[in-house]
Amino acid sequence: MAATLAIVGAADTQVGVVPGRSPTELCVDAALRALADAGLDKSQVDGLITCNAFAEPIMYHAEAIAEYLQIFPRMCMTAGTGGGTTFSVIQHAAAAIAAGTAHTIVISMADSLRSFMSREQAMLTQSSTGHPQYEQPYGPTVPAYYALIAQAHMAQYGTTAAQFAQAAVSGRAHAARNPTAQMRDLITVDDVLNSRLIADPLRLLDCSLVSDGGSAVVVTSAERARDFPHAPVYLLGSGEGHSHEHISQAASLTTSAAVLSGKQAYERAGVSPADIDFAQIYDCFTPTVLIQLEDLGFCGKGEGGAFLESGATLPGGSLPVNTHGGMLSHCHPGNPGAMFALTEAVWQLRGSAGERQVVDASLALVHAQGGIMSSHATLILGRDDD
Amino acid sequence: MMTEPQKIQPRPTAVSAPYFEGCRQGVLRLQQCAACGRQQFYPRIVCSHCGADDLQWHAASGAGRIASYTVVRRGVSAAYEAPYVVALIDLAEGPRMMSQIVHIDADDARLRIGASVCVEFQAWSEDIDLPVFKLLEEQ
Repeated sequence: MAATLAIVGAADTQVGVVPGRSPTELCVDAALRALADAGLDKSQVDGLITCNAFAEPIMYHAEAIAEYLQIFPRMCMTAGTGGGTTFSVIQHAAAAIAAGTAHTIVISMADSLRSFMSREQAMLTQSSTGHPQYEQPYGPTVPAYYALIAQAHMAQYGTTAAQFAQAAVSGRAHAARNPTAQMRDLITVDDVLNSRLIADPLRLLDCSLVSDGGSAVVVTSAERARDFPHAPVYLLGSGEGHSHEHISQAASLTTSAAVLSGKQAYERAGVSPADIDFAQIYDCFTPTVLIQLEDLGFCGKGEGGAFLESGATLPGGSLPVNTHGGMLSHCHPGNPGAMFALTEAVWQLRGSAGERQVVDASLALVHAQGGIMSSHATLILGRDDD
Repeated sequence: MMTEPQKIQPRPTAVSAPYFEGCRQGVLRLQQCAACGRQQFYPRIVCSHCGADDLQWHAASGAGRIASYTVVRRGVSAAYEAPYVVALIDLAEGPRMMSQIVHIDADDARLRIGASVCVEFQAWSEDIDLPVFKLLEEQ
């Protein structure tokens, strides 16, 4: 497929514990940094896409960010499908560019779960993804929803807690090479298995971080993409899959709509899992990584545990996964969490990822999901051939 | 006087009122479609299987099996004293629902996927009772 969209700017704010900036300010900061990376003035922006912030909700979020920036776009959209929002909006941006609705779109997302909410507020707000009448009253936490999936996978395929733990170990091995990551000390499977239980079988180190941070990209048409300071990164294929919102309504606990989003993305890009050089896989909890690796075809169904144990996802492995450290080790400010996987993929494809550069990285798959394995979006990204 | 922290409360609507009234009377009610005969949970204005809108309330047996479960070791708020067991229950009539498994120690080996359970009801507030499940004996 000929690419219609290219990413020409990418930037993160400071991440981790960032009390000096509100979520709104982080969103603006990320947008300005991405514009600077693209060598653009804000007056050239004619499209803006954001997601709302839990810690500072704004009724018309994207409008407020545009006003703060004093930009006056022709397309202004606040998107909200949970963690999957980050990548599903890329598909909508591509459609807007193809239709001529907008030519230069900034996608900026930020939140401050760490510094602008108490632990209890963050926990209650995030667990409100559950059904207000038929799930939330029973007191499930976000780890509990994902634990239900993990237990089902263990019962169906014999997957073990030690295999889930490999996803955390792998993420940390990548984060150790990333100076911006929130957690950089190497960990072992035993460290994960000895951390305290949160919701069986998930332990503290199976759970992603709670962070502040913002991240943004600038996208434009593929035909304009060579007019910018950095080598463009092209959207070669994309797909979405939506199967449920509430986990009690999911048709399957162990196979997700990543199967659908992945299939569309591979078909549109004309590639297969074996062609992918590195992948960024949504890692709110370790079982999410394992199940999505299966559903995206990197290993057979039920073989995710063995795949993680093989070391394939580690630095230097056959499929390095979450090369920035992921949400388990780099940062996780809520719904914007996967944006950092996207900016990282851009830097890897530009060849500017420093110590953690994947050798000859030319084809990337990035995948995010939101809700409780509910909304899935897959992107396949590539660069100009040398 | 200190007030007890309150658990998260459902808010019955006109459509769901028969379900919550059933809970007050100790009966687990499901909607059954007059057109296709299948039962559904949660309550809706249409059948989630065939789309028909003639739905009748029926008393369920209250029997089911654990489809999955987890022991929540850190409660969602002060109103929820950990540990407690959150589970997905496959009801004998077909639908799946979220609930809690009660009257069991969090580390009890009988707590497993596939275990048979039956419904009972617990007060969630002065006005609301909710279905919870307990393991059937002799497993």
